[in-house]
Amino acid sequence: MKRLLPSPLLSLVLLATWLLLNQSLDAAHLLLGSLLAIVAPLLSRPLQPDGHARIHRPLALLKLLGKASVEVIRSCFNVTRIILFARAEGLNSQFIRIPLHLQSPHGLAVLAGIINMTPGTVWVEILPDSHELVLHVFDLHDARWWIDTIKGQYEQPLMEIFEGKSP
Amino acid sequence: MTLLLSLALHFTLACVGIGMLFCTVRLLLGPSAQDRVLALDTLWMCTMLLCLLLGIRHGSMVYFEVALLIALIGFVSTIALAKFLMRGEIIE
Amino acid sequence: MNNWDNLPLWASLPATLLLILGGCIALTGCLGLMRLPHFYQRIHGPAITITLGTACILMASMILFSALETRPVVHELLITLFVLMTAPMVSMLIMRAAVHRELRQPPPNPPREESAWNAYGSPRVCKRNGGPPPGS
Repeated sequence: MKRLLPSPLLSLVLLATWLLLNQSLDAAHLLLGSLLAIVAPLLSRPLQPDGHARIHRPLALLKLLGKASVEVIRSCFNVTRIILFARAEGLNSQFIRIPLHLQSPHGLAVLAGIINMTPGTVWVEILPDSHELVLHVFDLHDARWWIDTIKGQYEQPLMEIFEGKSP
Repeated sequence: MTLLLSLALHFTLACVGIGMLFCTVRLLLGPSAQDRVLALDTLWMCTMLLCLLLGIRHGSMVYFEVALLIALIGFVSTIALAKFLMRGEIIE
Repeated sequence: MNNWDNLPLWASLPATLLLILGGCIALTGCLGLMRLPHFYQRIHGPAITITLGTACILMASMILFSALETRPVVHELLITLFVLMTAPMVSMLIMRAAVHRELRQPPPNPPREESAWNAYGSPRVCKRNGGPPPGS
Protein backbone atom coordinates (compact mmCIF):
# COMPACT_ATOMS: atom_id res chain seq x y z
CA MET A 1 0.00 0.00 0.00
CA LYS A 2 2.79 2.35 0.94
CA ARG A 3 4.69 1.50 -2.22
CA LEU A 4 1.65 1.87 -4.42
CA LEU A 5 0.46 5.14 -2.89
CA PRO A 6 3.49 7.10 -1.71
CA SER A 7 1.44 10.26 -1.28
CA PRO A 8 -2.31 9.68 -0.83
CA LEU A 9 -3.12 13.39 -0.76
CA LEU A 10 -1.46 14.00 -4.13
CA SER A 11 -3.35 11.05 -5.64
CA LEU A 12 -6.62 12.36 -4.25
CA VAL A 13 -6.02 15.79 -5.78
CA LEU A 14 -5.16 14.22 -9.14
CA LEU A 15 -8.36 12.16 -9.09
CA ALA A 16 -10.42 15.23 -8.21
CA THR A 17 -8.77 17.18 -11.04
CA TRP A 18 -9.54 14.42 -13.53
CA LEU A 19 -13.19 14.30 -12.46
CA LEU A 20 -13.46 18.09 -12.66
CA LEU A 21 -11.94 18.09 -16.13
CA ASN A 22 -14.49 15.54 -17.34
CA GLN A 23 -17.35 16.97 -15.28
CA SER A 24 -18.79 13.58 -14.45
CA LEU A 25 -18.87 10.97 -11.71
CA ASP A 26 -19.27 7.97 -14.03
CA ALA A 27 -17.69 4.69 -13.03
CA ALA A 28 -15.52 4.78 -16.15
CA HIS A 29 -14.08 8.18 -15.29
CA LEU A 30 -13.62 7.16 -11.66
CA LEU A 31 -11.70 4.06 -12.76
CA LEU A 32 -9.51 5.86 -15.29
CA GLY A 33 -8.94 8.73 -12.84
CA SER A 34 -7.88 6.36 -10.06
CA LEU A 35 -5.49 4.60 -12.42
CA LEU A 36 -4.01 7.96 -13.39
CA ALA A 37 -3.81 9.05 -9.76
CA ILE A 38 -1.82 5.94 -8.88
CA VAL A 39 0.45 5.83 -11.92
CA ALA A 40 1.27 9.54 -12.30
CA PRO A 41 2.96 10.02 -8.88
CA LEU A 42 4.96 6.80 -9.39
CA LEU A 43 6.15 7.90 -12.82
CA SER A 44 6.98 11.44 -11.73
CA ARG A 45 8.79 10.22 -8.62
CA PRO A 46 12.29 10.34 -10.24
CA LEU A 47 11.67 13.96 -11.20
CA GLN A 48 11.52 15.00 -7.54
CA PRO A 49 14.90 14.49 -5.93
CA ASP A 50 13.55 15.52 -2.51
CA GLY A 51 10.71 13.03 -2.50
CA HIS A 52 7.07 13.74 -1.83
CA ALA A 53 6.20 16.26 0.85
CA ARG A 54 5.38 15.01 4.34
CA ILE A 55 2.65 17.15 5.83
CA HIS A 56 2.72 16.80 9.60
CA ARG A 57 -0.24 19.06 10.38
CA PRO A 58 -2.83 19.36 7.60
CA LEU A 59 -5.08 21.55 9.75
CA ALA A 60 -2.32 24.06 10.34
CA LEU A 61 -1.73 24.15 6.57
CA LEU A 62 -5.40 24.95 5.93
CA LYS A 63 -5.28 27.67 8.57
CA LEU A 64 -2.15 29.12 7.02
CA LEU A 65 -3.71 29.15 3.54
CA GLY A 66 -6.83 30.84 4.91
CA LYS A 67 -4.76 33.52 6.59
CA ALA A 68 -2.72 33.95 3.42
CA SER A 69 -5.80 34.43 1.23
CA VAL A 70 -7.11 37.14 3.55
CA GLU A 71 -3.70 38.80 3.26
CA VAL A 72 -3.81 38.47 -0.56
CA ILE A 73 -7.17 40.23 -0.77
CA ARG A 74 -6.09 42.96 1.65
CA SER A 75 -2.89 43.76 -0.20
CA CYS A 76 -4.74 43.58 -3.51
CA PHE A 77 -6.79 46.56 -2.48
CA ASN A 78 -3.68 48.31 -1.14
CA VAL A 79 -1.87 47.91 -4.46
CA THR A 80 -4.99 49.02 -6.37
CA ARG A 81 -5.13 52.16 -4.25
CA ILE A 82 -1.46 52.89 -4.83
CA ILE A 83 -1.68 52.40 -8.61
CA LEU A 84 -4.77 54.54 -8.96
CA PHE A 85 -4.12 57.36 -6.53
CA ALA A 86 -0.50 57.53 -5.35
CA ARG A 87 2.18 59.48 -7.17
CA ALA A 88 4.75 57.11 -8.60
CA GLU A 89 7.67 59.26 -7.42
CA GLY A 90 6.60 58.93 -3.79
CA LEU A 91 6.79 55.13 -3.89
CA ASN A 92 9.52 53.46 -1.93
CA SER A 93 10.14 50.23 -3.85
CA GLN A 94 13.02 48.36 -2.30
CA PHE A 95 14.76 45.03 -2.12
CA ILE A 96 15.03 43.67 1.42
CA ARG A 97 16.89 40.68 2.81
CA ILE A 98 15.27 38.33 5.28
CA PRO A 99 17.27 35.65 7.12
CA LEU A 100 15.38 32.34 6.99
CA HIS A 101 15.60 29.22 9.12
CA LEU A 102 13.18 27.12 7.09
CA GLN A 103 15.15 24.36 5.32
CA SER A 104 12.57 22.00 3.84
CA PRO A 105 12.34 22.53 0.06
CA HIS A 106 8.57 21.95 0.04
CA GLY A 107 8.11 24.50 2.80
CA LEU A 108 10.19 26.99 0.86
CA ALA A 109 8.11 26.31 -2.24
CA VAL A 110 4.88 27.01 -0.36
CA LEU A 111 6.42 30.16 1.13
CA ALA A 112 7.46 31.33 -2.37
CA GLY A 113 3.96 30.65 -3.65
CA ILE A 114 2.29 32.60 -0.87
CA ILE A 115 4.68 35.55 -1.16
CA ASN A 116 4.37 35.77 -4.92
CA MET A 117 0.58 35.43 -4.88
CA THR A 118 0.42 38.40 -2.51
CA PRO A 119 0.43 41.50 -4.69
CA GLY A 120 3.13 43.95 -3.65
CA THR A 121 5.82 41.40 -2.83
CA VAL A 122 7.94 39.34 -5.21
CA TRP A 123 10.40 36.68 -4.14
CA VAL A 124 13.72 37.02 -5.95
CA GLU A 125 15.95 34.25 -4.65
CA ILE A 126 17.59 32.69 -1.63
CA LEU A 127 21.25 33.59 -1.34
CA PRO A 128 23.05 30.26 -1.20
CA ASP A 129 25.81 31.18 1.26
CA SER A 130 23.83 33.01 3.93
CA HIS A 131 20.39 31.40 3.43
CA GLU A 132 18.87 34.86 3.22
CA LEU A 133 15.76 35.56 1.19
CA VAL A 134 15.86 38.54 -1.17
CA LEU A 135 12.43 40.06 -1.50
CA HIS A 136 11.16 43.01 -3.50
CA VAL A 137 8.50 45.14 -1.81
CA PHE A 138 6.30 47.51 -3.81
CA ASP A 139 5.81 50.18 -1.15
CA LEU A 140 8.15 49.74 1.78
CA HIS A 141 7.41 51.60 5.01
CA ASP A 142 9.18 49.55 7.60
CA ALA A 143 11.57 46.71 6.77
CA ARG A 144 11.42 45.40 10.36
CA TRP A 145 7.65 44.90 10.07
CA TRP A 146 8.05 42.83 6.91
CA ILE A 147 10.74 40.65 8.46
CA ASP A 148 8.64 40.03 11.58
CA THR A 149 5.48 39.31 9.55
CA ILE A 150 7.10 36.84 7.20
CA LYS A 151 9.04 35.08 9.92
CA GLY A 152 6.20 34.96 12.44
CA GLN A 153 3.14 34.56 10.27
CA TYR A 154 4.45 32.30 7.51
CA GLU A 155 7.81 30.77 8.36
CA GLN A 156 6.96 29.52 11.84
CA PRO A 157 3.79 27.62 10.79
CA LEU A 158 5.57 26.24 7.72
CA MET A 159 8.36 24.86 9.89
CA GLU A 160 5.75 23.16 12.05
CA ILE A 161 3.90 21.78 9.04
CA PHE A 162 6.76 20.49 6.91
CA GLU A 163 9.51 19.84 9.45
CA GLY A 164 7.38 18.77 12.38
CA LYS A 165 9.05 21.20 14.78
CA SER A 166 6.87 22.66 17.49
CA PRO A 167 7.45 26.31 18.35
CA MET B 1 -31.94 42.52 -13.54
CA THR B 2 -31.08 40.75 -16.78
CA LEU B 3 -30.42 44.11 -18.41
CA LEU B 4 -28.14 45.08 -15.53
CA LEU B 5 -26.25 41.81 -15.78
CA SER B 6 -25.77 42.20 -19.50
CA LEU B 7 -24.58 45.78 -19.00
CA ALA B 8 -22.10 44.61 -16.35
CA LEU B 9 -20.87 41.88 -18.68
CA HIS B 10 -20.24 44.34 -21.49
CA PHE B 11 -18.56 46.74 -19.07
CA THR B 12 -16.20 43.98 -17.93
CA LEU B 13 -15.50 42.99 -21.53
CA ALA B 14 -14.61 46.59 -22.28
CA CYS B 15 -12.40 46.80 -19.18
CA VAL B 16 -10.45 43.69 -20.14
CA GLY B 17 -10.17 44.94 -23.72
CA ILE B 18 -8.77 48.30 -22.61
CA GLY B 19 -6.43 46.47 -20.25
CA MET B 20 -5.13 44.43 -23.19
CA LEU B 21 -4.56 47.67 -25.05
CA PHE B 22 -2.46 48.95 -22.13
CA CYS B 23 -0.45 45.74 -22.18
CA THR B 24 0.13 46.15 -25.91
CA VAL B 25 1.42 49.68 -25.32
CA ARG B 26 3.91 48.33 -22.78
CA LEU B 27 4.82 45.50 -25.14
CA LEU B 28 5.63 47.96 -27.91
CA LEU B 29 7.35 50.56 -25.70
CA GLY B 30 9.63 48.13 -23.90
CA PRO B 31 12.16 49.52 -22.89
CA SER B 32 13.86 46.29 -21.76
CA ALA B 33 13.28 42.69 -22.74
CA GLN B 34 11.88 41.71 -19.34
CA ASP B 35 9.23 44.43 -19.68
CA ARG B 36 8.11 42.85 -22.92
CA VAL B 37 7.97 39.38 -21.39
CA LEU B 38 5.92 40.69 -18.48
CA ALA B 39 3.54 42.49 -20.85
CA LEU B 40 3.18 39.33 -22.92
CA ASP B 41 2.36 37.29 -19.82
CA THR B 42 -0.28 39.80 -18.74
CA LEU B 43 -1.67 39.71 -22.26
CA TRP B 44 -2.06 35.92 -22.00
CA MET B 45 -3.88 36.30 -18.70
CA CYS B 46 -6.19 38.96 -20.11
CA THR B 47 -6.92 36.74 -23.10
CA MET B 48 -7.91 33.98 -20.70
CA LEU B 49 -10.25 36.36 -18.89
CA LEU B 50 -11.69 37.49 -22.23
CA CYS B 51 -12.42 33.87 -23.15
CA LEU B 52 -14.19 33.26 -19.85
CA LEU B 53 -16.29 36.39 -20.34
CA LEU B 54 -17.19 35.43 -23.90
CA GLY B 55 -18.20 32.03 -22.54
CA ILE B 56 -20.60 33.70 -20.11
CA ARG B 57 -21.83 36.00 -22.89
CA HIS B 58 -22.68 33.12 -25.21
CA GLY B 59 -23.67 30.70 -22.46
CA SER B 60 -21.33 28.05 -23.83
CA MET B 61 -18.97 25.77 -21.93
CA VAL B 62 -16.61 25.33 -24.86
CA TYR B 63 -14.94 28.63 -24.06
CA PHE B 64 -13.88 27.22 -20.71
CA GLU B 65 -11.64 24.67 -22.37
CA VAL B 66 -10.20 27.39 -24.59
CA ALA B 67 -9.43 29.46 -21.49
CA LEU B 68 -7.72 26.53 -19.80
CA LEU B 69 -5.59 25.88 -22.88
CA ILE B 70 -4.66 29.55 -23.15
CA ALA B 71 -3.57 29.58 -19.51
CA LEU B 72 -1.48 26.45 -20.12
CA ILE B 73 0.25 27.65 -23.29
CA GLY B 74 0.79 31.10 -21.77
CA PHE B 75 2.50 29.59 -18.75
CA VAL B 76 4.84 27.44 -20.80
CA SER B 77 5.78 30.21 -23.20
CA THR B 78 6.43 32.75 -20.46
CA ILE B 79 8.58 30.30 -18.50
CA ALA B 80 10.59 29.57 -21.65
CA LEU B 81 11.08 33.28 -22.38
CA ALA B 82 12.07 34.10 -18.80
CA LYS B 83 14.49 31.20 -18.68
CA PHE B 84 16.01 32.35 -21.94
CA LEU B 85 16.47 35.87 -20.57
CA MET B 86 18.10 34.51 -17.43
CA ARG B 87 20.50 31.98 -18.94
CA GLY B 88 20.63 32.63 -22.67
CA GLU B 89 19.41 29.07 -23.24
CA ILE B 90 16.27 27.17 -22.35
CA ILE B 91 17.40 23.57 -21.93
CA GLU B 92 20.90 23.14 -20.58
CA MET C 1 -27.75 35.75 -23.82
CA ASN C 2 -29.78 32.56 -23.95
CA ASN C 3 -32.58 32.07 -21.40
CA TRP C 4 -31.16 34.66 -19.07
CA ASP C 5 -34.67 35.84 -18.27
CA ASN C 6 -35.33 33.05 -15.80
CA LEU C 7 -32.14 33.64 -13.85
CA PRO C 8 -32.94 33.89 -10.14
CA LEU C 9 -31.97 37.04 -8.30
CA TRP C 10 -29.57 35.23 -5.95
CA ALA C 11 -27.42 34.41 -8.97
CA SER C 12 -27.60 37.55 -11.04
CA LEU C 13 -27.00 40.08 -8.27
CA PRO C 14 -23.68 38.71 -6.92
CA ALA C 15 -22.57 37.85 -10.47
CA THR C 16 -23.14 41.46 -11.55
CA LEU C 17 -21.16 42.81 -8.62
CA LEU C 18 -18.33 40.31 -9.09
CA LEU C 19 -18.12 41.05 -12.82
CA ILE C 20 -17.89 44.81 -12.27
CA LEU C 21 -15.30 44.41 -9.49
CA GLY C 22 -13.26 41.93 -11.53
CA GLY C 23 -13.27 44.16 -14.60
CA CYS C 24 -12.17 47.22 -12.62
CA ILE C 25 -9.37 45.31 -10.92
CA ALA C 26 -8.15 43.73 -14.16
CA LEU C 27 -8.07 47.19 -15.75
CA THR C 28 -6.18 48.64 -12.77
CA GLY C 29 -3.53 45.94 -12.99
CA CYS C 30 -2.91 46.63 -16.67
CA LEU C 31 -2.88 50.38 -15.96
CA GLY C 32 -0.18 49.76 -13.36
CA LEU C 33 1.81 47.80 -15.93
CA MET C 34 1.59 50.73 -18.33
CA ARG C 35 2.17 53.72 -16.11
CA LEU C 36 4.60 52.80 -13.31
CA PRO C 37 8.12 54.09 -14.03
CA HIS C 38 10.48 51.18 -13.22
CA PHE C 39 10.42 47.52 -14.12
CA TYR C 40 10.62 46.43 -10.48
CA GLN C 41 7.47 48.43 -9.77
CA ARG C 42 5.70 47.34 -12.92
CA ILE C 43 5.95 43.67 -11.98
CA HIS C 44 3.52 44.28 -9.08
CA GLY C 45 0.79 45.64 -11.36
CA PRO C 46 -0.32 42.45 -13.15
CA ALA C 47 -0.27 40.54 -9.85
CA ILE C 48 -3.63 42.03 -8.90
CA THR C 49 -5.10 41.20 -12.32
CA ILE C 50 -4.01 37.61 -11.88
CA THR C 51 -5.17 37.13 -8.30
CA LEU C 52 -8.30 39.12 -7.57
CA GLY C 53 -9.40 39.93 -11.13
CA THR C 54 -9.29 36.30 -12.21
CA ALA C 55 -10.85 35.12 -8.96
CA CYS C 56 -13.81 37.51 -9.30
CA ILE C 57 -14.54 36.60 -12.92
CA LEU C 58 -14.18 32.87 -12.25
CA MET C 59 -16.58 33.12 -9.33
CA ALA C 60 -19.11 35.04 -11.42
CA SER C 61 -18.82 32.40 -14.14
CA MET C 62 -19.33 29.62 -11.60
CA ILE C 63 -22.44 31.27 -10.14
CA LEU C 64 -23.99 32.04 -13.52
CA PHE C 65 -23.41 28.60 -15.04
CA SER C 66 -24.66 26.89 -11.89
CA ALA C 67 -27.88 28.91 -12.12
CA LEU C 68 -28.25 28.36 -15.87
CA GLU C 69 -27.71 24.60 -15.73
CA THR C 70 -29.50 24.21 -12.36
CA ARG C 71 -26.67 22.00 -11.13
CA PRO C 72 -23.41 22.96 -9.43
CA VAL C 73 -20.84 23.76 -12.12
CA VAL C 74 -17.44 23.89 -10.46
CA HIS C 75 -14.97 23.10 -13.22
CA GLU C 76 -13.74 26.72 -13.06
CA LEU C 77 -11.90 25.53 -9.96
CA LEU C 78 -9.47 23.88 -12.38
CA ILE C 79 -8.38 27.26 -13.74
CA THR C 80 -8.14 28.58 -10.18
CA LEU C 81 -5.90 25.67 -9.21
CA PHE C 82 -3.78 26.09 -12.31
CA VAL C 83 -3.35 29.84 -11.95
CA LEU C 84 -2.63 29.43 -8.24
CA MET C 85 0.23 27.08 -9.03
CA THR C 86 1.71 28.81 -12.07
CA ALA C 87 1.38 32.55 -11.42
CA PRO C 88 3.91 32.65 -8.53
CA MET C 89 6.42 30.70 -10.61
CA VAL C 90 6.05 33.04 -13.57
CA SER C 91 6.52 36.22 -11.55
CA MET C 92 9.48 34.74 -9.67
CA LEU C 93 11.23 33.68 -12.87
CA ILE C 94 10.69 37.03 -14.60
CA MET C 95 11.95 38.85 -11.52
CA ARG C 96 15.02 36.64 -11.32
CA ALA C 97 15.72 37.11 -15.01
CA ALA C 98 15.53 40.88 -14.56
CA VAL C 99 17.76 40.90 -11.47
CA HIS C 100 20.36 38.64 -13.08
CA ARG C 101 20.39 40.75 -16.21
CA GLU C 102 20.93 43.87 -14.14
CA LEU C 103 23.68 42.29 -12.06
CA ARG C 104 25.53 41.32 -15.24
CA GLN C 105 25.90 45.05 -15.95
CA PRO C 106 28.17 47.25 -13.84
CA PRO C 107 26.42 48.96 -10.89
CA PRO C 108 24.78 52.31 -11.70
CA ASN C 109 26.85 55.38 -10.97
CA PRO C 110 25.55 57.43 -9.12
CA PRO C 111 23.70 54.69 -7.16
CA ARG C 112 20.00 54.52 -7.89
CA GLU C 113 17.41 53.79 -5.26
CA GLU C 114 15.55 51.09 -7.19
CA SER C 115 18.62 49.19 -8.34
CA ALA C 116 19.01 45.52 -7.43
CA TRP C 117 22.61 46.28 -6.51
CA ASN C 118 21.40 47.69 -3.19
CA ALA C 119 20.34 44.26 -2.00
CA TYR C 120 23.31 42.35 -3.31
CA GLY C 121 26.19 44.69 -2.55
CA SER C 122 29.52 44.77 -4.28
CA PRO C 123 31.40 41.68 -2.94
CA ARG C 124 29.39 39.44 -5.20
CA VAL C 125 30.45 41.20 -8.40
CA CYS C 126 33.34 39.02 -9.48
CA LYS C 127 31.52 35.83 -8.53
CA ARG C 128 28.49 36.76 -10.57
CA ASN C 129 30.37 37.89 -13.64
CA GLY C 130 32.58 34.83 -13.61
CA GLY C 131 30.59 31.70 -12.97
CA PRO C 132 27.04 30.70 -13.77
CA PRO C 133 24.26 32.61 -11.99
CA PRO C 134 23.66 31.38 -8.45
CA GLY C 135 20.50 29.94 -7.04
CA SER C 136 20.20 27.23 -9.63
